[in-house]
This record gives sequence, C-alpha cells and structure tokens, in this order.
Amino acid sequence: MTATRAIEAVWRIEQPKLVARLVRYLHDVGLAEETAQDAFLLALERWPQDGVPGNPAAWLTQVAKNRALDRLRHTALIDGKHRELAFDLAELERETPDLEAALDEDIDDDLLRLIFTACHPVLPAEQRAALTLRLLGGLSTPEIARAFLVSEATVAQRIVRAKRALRDATIPFETPRGEERRDRIAAVLEVVYLIFNEGYVATAGPDWLRADLCGEALRLGRSLAALMPDEPEAQGLVALMELHALRFAARTGSAGDPILLLDQNRSRWNWSLIQRGLDGLNRALALTPTPGPYLLQAMIAASHARATTAADTDWIAIAAYYQALALVAPSPIVEINRAVAVGMAFGPAQGLAIANALRDEPRLKESHLLPTVRGDLLEKLGQVAEARAEFHHAAELTSNDRERGLLLARANCRPV
Amino acid sequence: MRFMMLMIPGGYGSAAPDNMPSAEAVKAMMKYNEELKKAGVLLALEGLHPPSSGARVSFKGGKPTITDGPFPEVKEVLGGYWIIDVRSRDEAIEWARRCPASNDDVIEIRRVHEMSEFPEDLQKAAKDFSELKG
Repeated sequence: MTATRAIEAVWRIEQPKLVARLVRYLHDVGLAEETAQDAFLLALERWPQDGVPGNPAAWLTQVAKNRALDRLRHTALIDGKHRELAFDLAELERETPDLEAALDEDIDDDLLRLIFTACHPVLPAEQRAALTLRLLGGLSTPEIARAFLVSEATVAQRIVRAKRALRDATIPFETPRGEERRDRIAAVLEVVYLIFNEGYVATAGPDWLRADLCGEALRLGRSLAALMPDEPEAQGLVALMELHALRFAARTGSAGDPILLLDQNRSRWNWSLIQRGLDGLNRALALTPTPGPYLLQAMIAASHARATTAADTDWIAIAAYYQALALVAPSPIVEINRAVAVGMAFGPAQGLAIANALRDEPRLKESHLLPTVRGDLLEKLGQVAEARAEFHHAAELTSNDRERGLLLARANCRPV
Repeated sequence: MRFMMLMIPGGYGSAAPDNMPSAEAVKAMMKYNEELKKAGVLLALEGLHPPSSGARVSFKGGKPTITDGPFPEVKEVLGGYWIIDVRSRDEAIEWARRCPASNDDVIEIRRVHEMSEFPEDLQKAAKDFSELKG
C-alpha cells in the first residue's frame, strides 16, 4: 500500500466530517471545501515523509483551521463581512483549548446539516447530486463526470453554481425543523435515490464507476439512516435500494442483454441483501403507521424479493401497495405500474381499465411505457391485432435499441 | 466491495469460557462501531465466545473427528468480525487501522466473494442455494 493511496483512504473517510466542521465556522460551503482541500494537499506533501499521524482527523482539522484563519484574515482586509467570522474562529480557539473533543461531540449534527445544505431544494437535483457526491462521497470532479456520463466541465460548473447559489441565497447551515423538515428530508432522499438509479440503469460494463454509484448511494443512505434513526423514510430508502441492488447480477444476460424482473434467474439474486433489506423494512415499518413513498416502494420490492419464483409473486399485495403509493405520491408512472399489478392480480381486463384511463395523460405521450403495457394486456385478452398495433407504437417511441428489437418481435408475433 | 475484518485477539486461545472484556474496552469498541455505522459502511458485526467453550470438527482422512476446546496448538483464533462495504482495499485497511484494539491483537482483512465473480458453471452449481432462503 503506497503512502498516497493510504492518504486517499484517510481523505475519503475524513473529508465529509472535515467540511462539515468547517462550514459551521466559515458559513460557506465553497470556502469550507477549499480549506479542507488545502489540508489534504499538505497531508499529501507531509505524510509520505513523516508517516500518517496517529489521529489523522485531528491533524487535518488543525491544519484546515489554521488555513481557514489565514484565508479569513486575508479576505477580511478586502471584505468587511468576513472580519467577524475570522474573529469568531480565533475567539473560539482561545476559549476551547480542547477543540477536538468539542467538535467530535457535535459531528453528527454538523454532518446532517451539511447533507441538508448540499441537498437544499433551492438547487436543481443534478447540482444537489454532484455536490453531495463531492462533499459527502468524497468523489473528485472527473470521477463524478465519468459516473454521470457528462464532461468534467459540466460537473465543475454544476458544483460551482451550486456553491454560489447556496452563498447567494444565504442558506442557513442548519437541520430543518417543524413543517419544513418533511420537504427537506424528501429533497435529501431524492438525491440519494437519483444517484442510486443513475448507477442502476448502467449495464455491466468496463466502467465500474457508473455501477459503483449504487454503492455510493447505499453508503450515503446507510449513513443518513444512522444519523436519523427515527426517520422511517430514510430507513425505507435504504431497504428499497438494498432490495433493488440484490437483482444486480441477474439483470443482464451473458451478452449484456437486459433481463426483465419476471424472467430473471432468481438464484443469481444476492440473498444476503434480501435479508438485510427485509430486516431494514421491518424496522422502518415499526416507526410509522403511515408508510411514505420510499417505504411503500420498498414493500413492493420486498414482495418481489420474497417470491422464490415469478409465479409465487403476491400480486394482490403489490396492487394494494401501488394503490397506496398512488395516494401519497401520485404519478402516471405509478399508475402504469398499478395497471400491471392489477392485471396480474385480478386479470388483464381490470389492468387495462386503469391503463386506458391514462391515454390522454400528456406526460406519457412521448413514452413507450403505456403502449407496451396496453399491448401486453390486450395480448392476454386475445385482442391480437390491437396488441400488435400497440407494440409497433411502443417500438417507435423507445430510444433503446434492444428494447425496440423486443417490441418489434412482439409486434410481429415472433418469439422473443 | 465488501470486506471482512477478522479480529484475532492476542491470547484469546487460552481465555476462560466466561472471559469478558472490560467496560472501558467495550465502550471504545462501541464508539468505533458507531463510527462505522455513521459512515454508512457497516453491514454486519459479531463477537465470538473464546475457543475454550467451542469445538473443532476436523476431517483428517475424510472422517469427521470432534475435539473440544481449548486448542493449545492453535496460535491465532478468531474473536469476532465486521463486514464492511467500502470503495477499496485501502479504505478497508484504514478502517482496521482505526480500531481501538489491544496489545497483540491482529485484524486480518479479506475481501468477500460476490456471486457475480463466479464463472457461469459455478453459479449454476450454486443454483440450489435459492432453496436455502428462509
């Protein structure tokens, strides 16, 4: 293990805590990150010669704090606003000789505040995701760019804009309470799930970084769940992600072709994740009588996970969960899924009635999902000509080549 | 990637069956476990009774033979384990380095096999595994 890699490992673990501590005193996410970065660079310079210090966190904090003071003193000459902050920091240091211990105690709150700030709804979701991966996941700009299949310049811009927006909007560095809390938690969980899904849609390829986004999201989610142990939706999101991740290996065939849930070889599912997911779900359900959207989705995923074969799936339960989901988080996508579940549970005619009600939904006009589902239900009802027309329509709408192939095969009644 | 950190406590091979760690040691270890949890990396952990209350089933000559503990000939024995999910081997090592371990303790770090790493034929051989689901 080279010294540089050892330092990077320390950095990955320490960076979120370091930035979180610094934001408390600097009141500026951008400045906190730059200062933390200064400390990291100094570590890269010193540690290979001097060895990794016994308490790397304390070392990094001390260096970062000195740098923060330098920076603040410097900017205080130009900008009156920062003069007060520099004074605060110097004063605090004099008053609390054992700063390390004092900081250690509040680190959970600092971390939560950092997460809530990085995921503030004032920022667009993609900026929140980039900033979260940078500040809390410790990913570099090139790593985030590769993971999201965008240019480094794009990611750099997202992060710069996010930091500027937070500064300009003078977002208080705090854990939201009261009425605001629910929406703010939703904004945080949305970012974690977005990161997870970005990794989940990546097919197995040479670029492990994209798929590893699932791992990042899981770690972020577990961390959130540990910091907010009483928050059912945070626990529910972790269960949901684990219950999805268990299908990772089974989702693609040997040629990289996608395999749909009901056709997957369930022996390739990850059984240790199933157990973790189900246990987590049960703990989360014990926290609330009214499951929110992530918990309901986790309940659906759990129903699939519990079925040893596709034929064992409890579709009646799944249809009920979708109905509940349609009440707490209504969307056309939820309705399409409900149509499928009801079709499986109570027969294709019942499912088709739900799907048909969506035909004028403007948000589905460009999507292949509705014609695909209607085609499937019509086919089951023996209305072959109508089904074929739907599959043709769906094939025209999809942008995925493999999916188009599957749909055209069904449109022409060829075995797929 | 998942790693198992195997705790090999110094002198645990000859520890009495009712051996208990000090309250201080437990407190330090709980704090460490909390840190693993809050970093989002902890998947599982367990501590084991000393080998003096255990048994060994060996298969010399293809036949199972049972020996009750302790096992004086065995130098290193397990005291417990953590399973963590981290980005790299280096990160697993860094977490192990932070453990409030005692003098003469050793932590061995081993990567956990993922089913997806197995070639197709081995995955087929493991297919019946799904029947084990509880």
